[in-house]
Amino acid sequence: MLPPLKKGLPNLEYMAQILINRAKDDPNLMIVTSDSRGSGRVTGFSEQFPQQLIEVGIAEQNSVGISAGLASCGKKVFTISPGSFLSARSFEQVKNDVAYSNNPVALLGISSGVSYGGLGATHHSIHDIAALMAVPNLDLCIPADNFETETVLESYLQYPRPMYIRFGKKTMPLFYSSANEVTFGKAGILHQGSDILIIACGEALQPAYEGAAALEAEGISAGLISLHSLRPFDKTTILDMAASAKAVITLEEHSIYGGLGSIVASLLMERRLFRPIKILAFPNEDLVTGSQTDLFDHYGISASGITAAAAELLR
Amino acid sequence: MSDQELKEKSIFYRELTLKIITAANAGHTGGDLSCIDILNVLYNRILNVAPDRMNDPNRDRYVQSKGHAAEALYAILTERGFMPESWSERVGLYLSPVAGHPTRKIAGVEQSTGALGHGLSIAVGMAIAGKLDNRNYRVFCLMGDGELAEGSIWEASMAAAHYQLDNLIAIVDRNRLQISGSTEDVMSLEPLKEKFEAFGFSVREVDGNDTDALLAVFQAVPFEKGKPSLVLANTIKGKGISYMENQAKWHHGVPSEDQLQQALREFKAEREAL
Repeated sequence: MLPPLKKGLPNLEYMAQILINRAKDDPNLMIVTSDSRGSGRVTGFSEQFPQQLIEVGIAEQNSVGISAGLASCGKKVFTISPGSFLSARSFEQVKNDVAYSNNPVALLGISSGVSYGGLGATHHSIHDIAALMAVPNLDLCIPADNFETETVLESYLQYPRPMYIRFGKKTMPLFYSSANEVTFGKAGILHQGSDILIIACGEALQPAYEGAAALEAEGISAGLISLHSLRPFDKTTILDMAASAKAVITLEEHSIYGGLGSIVASLLMERRLFRPIKILAFPNEDLVTGSQTDLFDHYGISASGITAAAAELLR
Repeated sequence: MSDQELKEKSIFYRELTLKIITAANAGHTGGDLSCIDILNVLYNRILNVAPDRMNDPNRDRYVQSKGHAAEALYAILTERGFMPESWSERVGLYLSPVAGHPTRKIAGVEQSTGALGHGLSIAVGMAIAGKLDNRNYRVFCLMGDGELAEGSIWEASMAAAHYQLDNLIAIVDRNRLQISGSTEDVMSLEPLKEKFEAFGFSVREVDGNDTDALLAVFQAVPFEKGKPSLVLANTIKGKGISYMENQAKWHHGVPSEDQLQQALREFKAEREAL
């Protein structure tokens, strides 16, 4: 069964602790911010290591270009900016100066998805996975909890390379008991089940977990996997788990186009593993106004969205 | 005293650039020719780079923000041994390792460029790293004048002054033409010197096709302690070939066989006049 989960720290706070710990021994660890120190939770870092934080002002294109230059000179660079701006305003710098030029920058898209809720579409990033998955030489990670966050950050620190790491704002529960349970690039199997396979990433993992619990309570056997990484993409685990399920549901804080659901669906189709599939994500239209929770509920990225989808898929 | 060798090299590079363009049947001819003297002086007299030193953290950095002038860069990188000669004969062709804009697949290219308005930010990052690490390398960044309409250039300029990067030398290839015509008709840049000064650069203007003048100005950097330098290099688009000079249509024109032969005759005459 799916046990109740403990609360973690906000992922960015956890990230900041890791970076502070690592910066003590590593003068090459740098952060670049575009007036996003506070929202990126790195004010403390900037006070402890003023030399290691470069502020560029509200200039996302410049922040990515400067980061590329720093990285080319041997710095390990974490570029922090809201995901909506980092993936769109500076898309060309990400594509050319980081990925194509192979400068090992970790781009941290914060307050991504619909974290900004009622602030509206200008601040939402429900396009970033679609846009950045089309860029070669860029790992794309969406950690859900503290332990996935730790695994992703450690992976960059051990082997710096171009990466986009997507963070939200919510304080997430802990889906693992330590970072040792998370292997970089491998799907996290949180529950085994034979009727429905639920696949989720980032903050959509919480409603996915609740939905799996709800299905189990109804007597429907639900498998659940968390994908902290879409590139690299753990095809093997997805194919294995999908093969032993009757239908698949994906959940993500993104457009229905070009995100987790699209990627999973095309994988299954290409491997001729035909399963009914439901992509729970945001439709390609102007979203209603509301908080992140409101929007998740409104568009069925929720436990009730899962139970409704499962009923239809298994009919 | 005039540096005769540099003048001869400029002719050689122009010739090689035209050969690269005609072999590829593509290239940004006018802008290649305008900046060749700048590249010549940098690579032969100023930059402490060499093919076997591209991993040396103390080397100078050269970032070509105006990636369109790839053929000029390839001509110099080929002659200086950074790039195999056979590559220069196949730029942009099927399965060639070399594209029509600079790529890091070539050992001598610091950064892949081509989308305009990117180079100065990267150069700022390199210059900040140099300051932090107490290294005394300089970072040179060549921009076209047309690309100055990109807002990112001015974001980078603000940062260059804010971080007092006197190890950064920005260069503008001011040939006054872009693909659609005069820069002042397309999107006026003037007063350019004053604009860069207002953004915190120490600016010097120079004849960008005079190798002696370029050498003197590059030997004088930084122009002011605590400030980034900007070399405003007044150049001629299509420089060195009579029928190309100051003609916007040669922005990416490829010479015919007859035109190529005429250019080669002009180079020969120029060489003899030296």
